[in-house]
Amino acid sequence: MLLSVRNLRTYFDEDGRVVKAVDGVSFDLERGETLGIVGESGSGKSVTNLTIMRLIPSPPGRIAGGEVIFDGRNLLALPDEEMRKLRGRRIAMVFQDPMTSLNPFMRISRQLTEVTRLHLGHGKAEAYEHAVHMLEMVGIPDARKRAEGYPHEFSGGMRQRVMIAMALSCKPELLIADEPTTALDVTIQAQILELIKNLKQETGTSEILITHDLGVVAGTTNRVVVMYAGKVFESAPTGELFSRPGNPYTKGLLQSVPDPTCDTKELFQIPGLPPDVANLGPGCPFAPRCFRAEAICKEQFPPFVALTPSHHSLCHFADEIYKGAS
Amino acid sequence: MLRFILRRLLITIPMVLVVVSVTWGLIRLAPGNFYTGEKPIPPAIEKNIRERYGLDKPWYVQYGRMISNTLHGDFGISLKYQGEPVNRILKNALPVSATIGVLAYLLALAVGIVSGTLAALRQNSNLDYTSMAAAMIGISLPNFVLGPTLVLFLSLTWYVLPPALWGGPRHLILPVITLSGVYMAYIARLARSGMLEVLRSNYIRTARAKGLAERHVLIRHALRGGLLPVVSFSGPALAFLLTGTVVVEKIFALPGLGNYFINANLNRDEPLIIGIVAFISIVVLIFNLMVDIAYGFIDPRVRY
Ligand SMILES: Nc1ncnc2c1ncn2[C@@H]1O[C@H](COP(=O)(O)OP(=O)(O)OP(=O)(O)O)[C@@H](O)[C@H]1O
Ligand SMILES: [Mg+2]
Repeated sequence: MLLSVRNLRTYFDEDGRVVKAVDGVSFDLERGETLGIVGESGSGKSVTNLTIMRLIPSPPGRIAGGEVIFDGRNLLALPDEEMRKLRGRRIAMVFQDPMTSLNPFMRISRQLTEVTRLHLGHGKAEAYEHAVHMLEMVGIPDARKRAEGYPHEFSGGMRQRVMIAMALSCKPELLIADEPTTALDVTIQAQILELIKNLKQETGTSEILITHDLGVVAGTTNRVVVMYAGKVFESAPTGELFSRPGNPYTKGLLQSVPDPTCDTKELFQIPGLPPDVANLGPGCPFAPRCFRAEAICKEQFPPFVALTPSHHSLCHFADEIYKGAS
Repeated sequence: MLRFILRRLLITIPMVLVVVSVTWGLIRLAPGNFYTGEKPIPPAIEKNIRERYGLDKPWYVQYGRMISNTLHGDFGISLKYQGEPVNRILKNALPVSATIGVLAYLLALAVGIVSGTLAALRQNSNLDYTSMAAAMIGISLPNFVLGPTLVLFLSLTWYVLPPALWGGPRHLILPVITLSGVYMAYIARLARSGMLEVLRSNYIRTARAKGLAERHVLIRHALRGGLLPVVSFSGPALAFLLTGTVVVEKIFALPGLGNYFINANLNRDEPLIIGIVAFISIVVLIFNLMVDIAYGFIDPRVRY
């Protein structure tokens, strides 16, 4: 096991309220595997992964509990200095917004070389060659010349390629890609995802891929975690999640994917909006929007049901949904 | 780049001419003359004086002479300091003003940047609150209050520093502090807000995600963007600094440009006023140009 997240809680203190952005999240990632995390906006996907990297801005954020076991060590208990040695070296991250994630005042080459000089002890020339090599690998044409440029001279897709080159330049064991393609147009999206997939195979990197796009999840991941309101609602092997979802929320998400073979013009939408995670009631946070909800859902927090040893669902009626789907 | 600089330098000439023309017009509008005093002067003597200084000529002849002087960079002889060429007065007064001005700005930069940056790094700490409270006071305290207050305590109560006049380095301390107070405060606030914004930005998160030590995140990645507002402020700051020296030189009786400027105005000493105004406009314009050039070096997105 490369990574095991246990009962993670990350809260934000915001003018007297506590925003429970991540509240008891657990999942595992095996070496070489890709884990997909899906869920609506605000469900806590980014916060979960920023917590793994220990990059939560504090204040207002705080890690209120849980463990992140990476290769046998709890990252949340490491001294800052040790954690820094892991970041960029063994765990790297590609962020949601390529337009603002590179330093606008620094040459691309320098932004790349500083990572390998820091972690791999490269000298100036060696780091430079490595940077050019990485840029070539992610498909930047004329890489040696472009390395001397600044981020504003690159398009969004090219910047995301640079981010990926940067993230992979120390051959990390874990790559966290937080919606790496959301800000890009569709053709570029496919290129970037393909690129990550190939590079991952080459370097043997494990990956956490956060995305809104269930099609991407189906095509690239081994396991999926479905998040809602800071909690894991379902966790299953990818194939099984798509064929036999065990949670009403997952079913809703799957139904909202447009199906080109189907004639109906109208798209399915889960009714309502995600709840405010600062004041949740005692029951299931999805109950107000759920087609299966009964009185018990509003009163009692649902159990995390094991449908199979590797398939779990947070629902009072998990078994029923699971069986009904087959 | 070179073309940009040349163009900006060329524009300086008409701009300075406009400034001196307006100044010249304002001098005409103001009542009184350099020779008028408490006692009325006999008409015969007045006629003599007016002839001697060319004041009997039509206004356009006088104006033309002033413009021609300005273009030649020779502003003539002072009317009040008999026989003193304006250029010599400028040459003697400039080092005094430049010394306090430059020292005051350097002090303001050093203290402002350090305290503003520290405040941003420890947002909402006691350090942050203290330095921002001090900055608030610094901004609201005019130099004509700060200067005399410092003199009252440091010179007249504890006798540690000279209260006025131009002498050794010790004479510089109070004027420089008085002059820099407002800028120090202003720069501290600019640095703090600039750094806070940058420290929250995505590229700083990227820098941290790379595993850089916090001091490298700060020095290599955050300072440049965070202090950009301070750089842009440096252009207008010089203009304010020059008005500031007028007051400070008066308070501490220093023989600088500001002091001469006040006296020249009181005396209606036209050549001296025009000389100082022309000189100061050139300095301000050139300094603004330098700030723009520096901006281009700091921010690669800026192109000329
Ligand atoms: N710095 C912060 N301060 C306060 N609240 C925050 C902060 N960052 C995140 N949150 C809150 O945490 C919750 C989860 O946010 P998160 O960014 O993890 O969502 P997400 O699942 O990544 O959504 P998206 O798909 O839009 O990226 C949100 O309610 C958000 O408002
Ligand atoms: Mg996100």
